[in-house]
Amino acid sequence: MEIPIIYQLYLSIIIFTIGLIGVFLNRKNLIVLLMSIELILLSANINFVSFSNYYKNIIGQIFVFFNLSISAAEAAVGLAIIVIFFRKKGSIHVDDINTLKG
Amino acid sequence: MTIFLFFIISIIIITSSLLVILSKNPIHSVLFLILVFFNTSILFLFSNAEFLAMILLIVYIGAVAVLFLFVVMMLDINITKLRQTFLNYLPTGLFIGFIILIELIYVVSQSNLNFVKTNSSDINISNQILENTKIIGNILYTDYFLLFQLSGIILLVAMIGAIYLTLRKSKGTKKQNIYKQILK
Repeated sequence: MEIPIIYQLYLSIIIFTIGLIGVFLNRKNLIVLLMSIELILLSANINFVSFSNYYKNIIGQIFVFFNLSISAAEAAVGLAIIVIFFRKKGSIHVDDINTLKG
Repeated sequence: MTIFLFFIISIIIITSSLLVILSKNPIHSVLFLILVFFNTSILFLFSNAEFLAMILLIVYIGAVAVLFLFVVMMLDINITKLRQTFLNYLPTGLFIGFIILIELIYVVSQSNLNFVKTNSSDINISNQILENTKIIGNILYTDYFLLFQLSGIILLVAMIGAIYLTLRKSKGTKKQNIYKQILK
């Protein structure tokens, strides 16, 4: 029995919103912010796979494959930036990152 | 039965992704993130994407989440209490999140998803003779070969960038001095 696509879309919407609110509300440290971005990417992946199953077309799954590699690269570079920031300042609290005075 | 399992897994995913952003200890956040990925891979199995489910287990849980865990444990962050600024951003964040949630739900509920079911590719999922992995390989290495190599280059650039960023320039590190090497 197939799961209706509308439920999967709602699930992905909820995960996307949780990730977005996590980016805004997170005042603890930068790593949780990167995790929120991973949640947003995951919701996009759920959308791709459910549409790929709905239209019986494999190309959605191929784009999920690319999406995974891009998110892995992003996590690696982001964590490297966090590590050197911690070395410089001794803290990765979001409110301490104000060097650029933005 | 499948729909019942889907609801259980959805509830687990939503609860644990809420706990990812709300828990005070970052290690708990990473562990709940692993739970989200695991349940999503089960969800992919329902959608006939076996290869991607296994890739999600290997890449996300095996590489990315463990990398997060290493960094969290390496940085020795003291679990500070939430500062006063948490409340400054709470109304804005909830407002923007609420508006986007309402808009997306409106768009999805108003859309009629009965478009023409395309058969754009010759080899599609409904072809039961081939397995999922074989179908993906057949298309990935032919039509999307350029993008495949491009993603490899992006991974290479990310690797070089991460190594260069975290390289310590202190006395202990061994470096190559090209002038010395040539003059010998």
